[in-house]
Amino acid sequence: MDQKKLAIIATKGSLDWAYPPFILASTASALGYETEIFFTFYGLQLLKKDLDLKVTPLGNPGMPMPMGMEKWFPTLLTALPGMEAMMTSMMKKKMASKGVASLEELRELCQEAEVRLIACQMTVDLFDMDSSAFIEGVEYAGAARFFEFAGESDICLYI
Amino acid sequence: MADFDEELDASGLNCPLPILRAKKALAGMDAGKVLHIIATDPGSVKDFEAFARQTGNELMESKEEGGKFLFLIKKA
Repeated sequence: MDQKKLAIIATKGSLDWAYPPFILASTASALGYETEIFFTFYGLQLLKKDLDLKVTPLGNPGMPMPMGMEKWFPTLLTALPGMEAMMTSMMKKKMASKGVASLEELRELCQEAEVRLIACQMTVDLFDMDSSAFIEGVEYAGAARFFEFAGESDICLYI
Repeated sequence: MADFDEELDASGLNCPLPILRAKKALAGMDAGKVLHIIATDPGSVKDFEAFARQTGNELMESKEEGGKFLFLIKKA
């Protein structure tokens, strides 16, 4: 049986959207897939050694909030200083209490399972990012490098 | 419950951790050995069925007992 391949493009850098790439990649590896994640634009935040990701209810009417606040709390007030920090802290506590893995743990599991992590070189240059801020084991490359693998993949996801 | 060789307590862990831990435990076992998994994540029932089908390891038993989900997986 040929080994199946999963290619993922991770484009988002918020706490909530950081989960799908790492959950899917680590699970795919456990199922025997060869897996690559290409991190571009805000997705590069997911490769920082110090993951300081946030979640915000601002502009996200689908986000459940404590006490059903999403139903009555005025949208404009979710822009108040401190709201983002508060929601991020509550989300992290909620996740820990429900046994959801931390991002650091999931990312480590991906690396242990030899998921290849590729950082978009163009984005690194564009935002003047310092590659020393990224974790070890990351490959720096461009779109052509992604297609080399994605073109042969069985599943290709844009997240 | 049939005999087993190793046990993995994944209680309190949520998707995808029970699967990832099981995969890791199985990796350290010889073919034919049986892993007993204890989980509390209701999603793990379908997930372990799918895991077994896709990896070729045999899901010998899957049952619920006192709010826990118990699985026996034989390493292929």
